[in-house]
Amino acid sequence: MRPSRFDAAALHDASVPAQVADGGTIPPARVAWRAFARDRSAVGGVILLLLLAVMAILADHIAPYNPRTLLDPIRLKNVAPSLDFPFGTDQFSRDVLSRVIHGARVSLAVAFLSVIAAATVGTAYGAIAGYIGGWIDSAMMRFVDALLAIPRVLLLIAVATLWGKVDVVGLVVLLGVTGWFGVSRLVRSLVIGASEDEFVTAARALGAGHIRILTLHILPQVASPVLVAATLAIGNVVVIESGLTFLGMGVPQDTPSWGGLFRDGMDAYTAHWWVPLFTGVALVATVLAANLVADGLRQALSPRQLPAR
Amino acid sequence: MRRFILRRLLHGVAVIFIATTLSFFLVHLAPGDPFSSSLESLATDPRVLAARRAAYGLDRPLAEQYVRFLTRLVTGDLGPSILAAGPAEDALAAAIPNTLVLMGTALALGLIAGVALGAWQAMRVGSRADRAVDTASLVVASLPEFWLGLLLLLLLAGKFRLFPTGGATDYMHDLMSPGERIVDRLRHLALPALTLALLSAASIARYQRAALLDVLPQDYVRTARAKGLGERQLVWRHALRNALVPTIVLVGLSLPALLGGAVFVERVFAWPGMGRLAADAYDARDYPIVLGATLVGTALVTIGGIATDVLHAIVDPRVRSR
Repeated sequence: MRPSRFDAAALHDASVPAQVADGGTIPPARVAWRAFARDRSAVGGVILLLLLAVMAILADHIAPYNPRTLLDPIRLKNVAPSLDFPFGTDQFSRDVLSRVIHGARVSLAVAFLSVIAAATVGTAYGAIAGYIGGWIDSAMMRFVDALLAIPRVLLLIAVATLWGKVDVVGLVVLLGVTGWFGVSRLVRSLVIGASEDEFVTAARALGAGHIRILTLHILPQVASPVLVAATLAIGNVVVIESGLTFLGMGVPQDTPSWGGLFRDGMDAYTAHWWVPLFTGVALVATVLAANLVADGLRQALSPRQLPAR
Repeated sequence: MRRFILRRLLHGVAVIFIATTLSFFLVHLAPGDPFSSSLESLATDPRVLAARRAAYGLDRPLAEQYVRFLTRLVTGDLGPSILAAGPAEDALAAAIPNTLVLMGTALALGLIAGVALGAWQAMRVGSRADRAVDTASLVVASLPEFWLGLLLLLLLAGKFRLFPTGGATDYMHDLMSPGERIVDRLRHLALPALTLALLSAASIARYQRAALLDVLPQDYVRTARAKGLGERQLVWRHALRNALVPTIVLVGLSLPALLGGAVFVERVFAWPGMGRLAADAYDARDYPIVLGATLVGTALVTIGGIATDVLHAIVDPRVRSR
């Protein structure tokens, strides 16, 4: 019934060393790595994400113009894509290519930071609920049920309404605070499954404490599904962030960002289609790359789904 | 069955109550209030601002505000809208039907197209056509709603002028004959609904194809094939019935995302629904409306979830005992 795109039960086997033909075993991490490296679209996704990250980090050196400079508000505004301006210029004569490159900074940074925050909170919450069990677990999960029923975009708009000016840090906090519900549900079910494993019982019989069992024996099994979920969430959050910015409540307007570019492109859409078009291509490339990587990770981390090649 | 529905309803009421409480406190955790952030407020006499806060009860302790909010909410009263004239619930009540029409049309179109496409792919798994459609649906499913909306707007409404650029009706609507009015409404609905429908269809097709591939290797399908049924009959009449179950579940689970998408699409096409109302209310810091929209959205999602659960229980009786 969970919306996750992967089979949690199958993922448990990621920790079981695979048998190879000559009778020896290879560590599970290497099995997963080999499966991942063989998956062409997943590797393509990783390369694409790395390129985008490099583009964001080196934006100052790559971008042909300063993204904030009005090049010539009279003669160079709304220039269609050309050799000088591959992505054209906007209504204030700013170079769209440079703005897209710099926009990657905000979009990627916000997405990565908020997803890391959300995955951490969600893992901790889900692990505690699943490990303690009983009525505390039920209460904690009813709470998550309710949170999951609130449409995220509307909740974000509601919080932003009272927040005044949301800056980039505030945006990371907002997206992190509203992003952990699904992860906690996933982790809880995995932790419940893992606590019944024989080696956990064995560790308990040997006198291991709760914290040792949880961090050393149970959480490592949760790591790979959470990684897959977090990768998927990155694509999702990039879209929500630029959507909120597009609505005017995300990244401040003076910072070049993808959502801000959509907003600029919307203001006078009949005149310059190139502003939203190229920004969207960058955004879709990010989402697609994240989805491909998540798909590849999911398959690589669950040996049962390996092709019999 | 009746007990199953009753249990789901009770659960839904509990979920809505907890979600209402959480939304209220989350919104009030944000630093600031409706009178602290506008440019106008910076220049306004602090005594006037204090008086306005008192008029809306914003100077009271949060717990007291919460109790008042709840007691009002029970009677369907969201409190006065801060900047618009009239109570917030009136503005919302006018917007909800538009959002429902948009989402319903998009979901219906998306389901039909998605299920058909997934079944069509399942009949020719691994073929070039299947792989091409699979890649295409992955790309379409990754498109942000507002971007697809903007592109359709640019192309079909801006460049080719096939459709109006926004709103729910033409400004001449009231002067039209009844037949023309229906056409007018449909022409305005077309692009926003198409935007959302394309995205739903893409992800539903991906699930439907996967679900069919799970069902097709099963024994009863093999038996049907052994009876001499053609591939088309096999997929459409036998396999599809069981493969529809995960799709029904998916539709229920994707409702919050669909509603979130509708918020952006409504803004792009100036569709006078809840999402656009909430976005406009944001600009005016009109939090009774925004909070109300969030609550209505939560209720819609919960009711939709119950409906799909009941539907799921009808098609798969094993679910009822759970």
